[in-house]
Amino acid sequence: MSAALTAISSAGPAPLRFPHRHLLGIEGLSAGEITFLLDLADSYVQQNREADKKSTILRGRTIINLFFENSTRTRTSFELAGKRLGGDVINMSVSTSSIKKGETLIDTAMTLNAMHPDVLVVRHPDSGAVALLSQKVNCSVINGGDGSHEHPTQALLDALTIRRRRGKLDGLLVAICGDILHSRVARSNIQLMQIMGARVRLIAPPTLLPACAERLGAEVFHDMRKGLAGCDIVMMLRLQTERMQGSFVPSIREYFRFFGLDYEKLSVAKPDALIMHPGPMNRGVEIDSEVADDIDRSVIREQVEMGVAVRMAVLDALTRDRGQRNAPPGK
Amino acid sequence: MATRLDAGGANGHARVAYVNARLIDPASGLDAAGGVLTEGETIADLGPGLFRSGVPPGVERVDCKGMCLAPGIVDMRVQLREPGEEHKETIATGGAAAVAGGVTSMVCLPNTEPVIDDVAVVEFIARRAREVKRAKVYAYAAATRGLKGRDITEMGLLTEAGAVGFTDGVRAIADAGVMRRALSYATTFGALIVQHPEEPALAGGAMNEGEVATRLGLGGIPPAAEAIIVGRDLRLVELTGGRYHVAHVSTAETVELVRRAKARGLAVTCDTAPPYFALNEIAVGDYRSFAKLSPPLRGEEDRQAVVAGLVDGTIDAIASDHAPQDQDSKRLPFVQAEFGGIGLETLLALSLELYHNRKLGLIDVMRRLTDAPARILGLKAGRLMKGAAADLVLFDPDRPWVVEERAIRSKSKNTPFERRPVQGMALRTVIDGRTVFQA
Repeated sequence: MSAALTAISSAGPAPLRFPHRHLLGIEGLSAGEITFLLDLADSYVQQNREADKKSTILRGRTIINLFFENSTRTRTSFELAGKRLGGDVINMSVSTSSIKKGETLIDTAMTLNAMHPDVLVVRHPDSGAVALLSQKVNCSVINGGDGSHEHPTQALLDALTIRRRRGKLDGLLVAICGDILHSRVARSNIQLMQIMGARVRLIAPPTLLPACAERLGAEVFHDMRKGLAGCDIVMMLRLQTERMQGSFVPSIREYFRFFGLDYEKLSVAKPDALIMHPGPMNRGVEIDSEVADDIDRSVIREQVEMGVAVRMAVLDALTRDRGQRNAPPGK
Repeated sequence: MATRLDAGGANGHARVAYVNARLIDPASGLDAAGGVLTEGETIADLGPGLFRSGVPPGVERVDCKGMCLAPGIVDMRVQLREPGEEHKETIATGGAAAVAGGVTSMVCLPNTEPVIDDVAVVEFIARRAREVKRAKVYAYAAATRGLKGRDITEMGLLTEAGAVGFTDGVRAIADAGVMRRALSYATTFGALIVQHPEEPALAGGAMNEGEVATRLGLGGIPPAAEAIIVGRDLRLVELTGGRYHVAHVSTAETVELVRRAKARGLAVTCDTAPPYFALNEIAVGDYRSFAKLSPPLRGEEDRQAVVAGLVDGTIDAIASDHAPQDQDSKRLPFVQAEFGGIGLETLLALSLELYHNRKLGLIDVMRRLTDAPARILGLKAGRLMKGAAADLVLFDPDRPWVVEERAIRSKSKNTPFERRPVQGMALRTVIDGRTVFQA
């Protein structure tokens, strides 16, 4: 295989700028574009560890965090990312009250658009809602999680965490375990990991797997001991409380027994396999507390740190070369 | 048995000669050059040799220029939204859409507000249709009171009032016991039970279950949700001897179940709608809510099976399944958007795709749009016959056009076929001898 071909099939050359207006999902991104974002994020990891964490890249820019669903972690992470880059960040939690007043998603989008934000970070409980909103606004839109569809910044921060630990993504064997059916994190990661040359396994009971899961390019397992064998990375997913009591799995104790990550099940993975979780964790449901807190294996807290850096990189990438339109006149 | 709900407009005994036509009458197998003479509201004469010696004096002459003259389309499944949701469609706007699509008779579902589960509502629809004077409007009455799936309606009285069949509209009659009772009781009046075949417990999703739904993170409705109800109902038909019709068949398995039931001689019929033979789940694309239909658009194998069912006659009829939804119901995240697409104005052209794609002969396409649904419903319609109502459509089977929102007459614009190039257009629509539409 020629060197050029190798370069394309693996990480690929990183472009000089990010060519998309929005970040709605991992689907449609190239290996080069992902690498570009990860490289940029790497530089922000360093900035975030300095005493002075602030830069001025987003000075004068307005970022609105528009959250139609409760979130503390993702919203805080985006807020911090925007502020560290010197932008003005506003948080809007659209609770059900506005919906009760009859305001539709599109009304909300139009209203906010009239305020000339530069970036909208949107989380919404319905798949596709963020893409719909992006069609109605002039600014960049970042998908902060839409229904069971995508959560691209989570996949990027997972990739960054892995890359910093392992030096690469190419060739790794990644297991994604748990509630794949409802997980936007899983959908984004399945795509990102494969674009970057990793192999993906999905491990879950059939009731927590979507139809045709194998058509996503991943190998499907219903047995943790088989699925985890030889894995480099073990990604656990959160199981929502309301799905634990008979609707999708019969009970917490049964779920933990067969699908919860403990040392015994982990023993079949590679000895240095990394343990990841997008948070917030249900200790004793999908993950054993000891495993979660194992400083040699668990990178769960590192994921949170990488989250801020990745979101800074995305904000930076989407606003570069797009400033003139919204810049104050005469400046 | 069915009573037409609107009396139509009397126009005395005016006589019109349709000359130079290609006559297509699926009921008699006629496909030949010829003419039709209408007198007042009825067909006075027709045939290849008619007007050979010229049009008699005092008769209006319409030159068909070699275009197809067929019985007007009988659309056995539409939602007109009146009464109750007149912001989406009315009998007037739906009627205008119908005649522009060559539809001369249509049957509306009972899912209005109030529900058509009472003689008074059937009579209201009839009166409105008389006032509007567009396509003839017939009504299905609810199979269960309030469409609640529990207590059967006054099927005898409703049949007398003009209801042509009983259905719970866009809801399945889900309870097996209720379905059994409905089928059984309906035999007293020879009434037809029309099922929306979808097991509700499996139909919580927003689109067809499969790879596309998985990628989009949308809940799926498995094809089995349809087959489960049809399979169950066929057993109940055997048990009760009821007359049963499956609406909008969308899966390979349903086609096969109906095929086998017909082979066993059961009194079973079914229809499908253009989306199920002209589109598949790919049309959902990037969350296009106009492609959110009930039943959902299926996979390509199912679509091909529906075409095969139309070809071998397992699927008797094609209906528009016209389901108008306004902007507010569709400009929403896919999960929240309402189900349904309009179809009255595209029914003819999309059905003719089967002819242009060499799946069905022209006369066979027209049979599924005219004579077949009329027979299922017991309507005196869908035939070119001396003494029959002069309900006609003159159409060009080849004329190309593009489905465009701005040209839609329906009050709601939610077509899943936006920007699709099609062939075949109604040029003139005649109801009871009166021209109600001209392209």
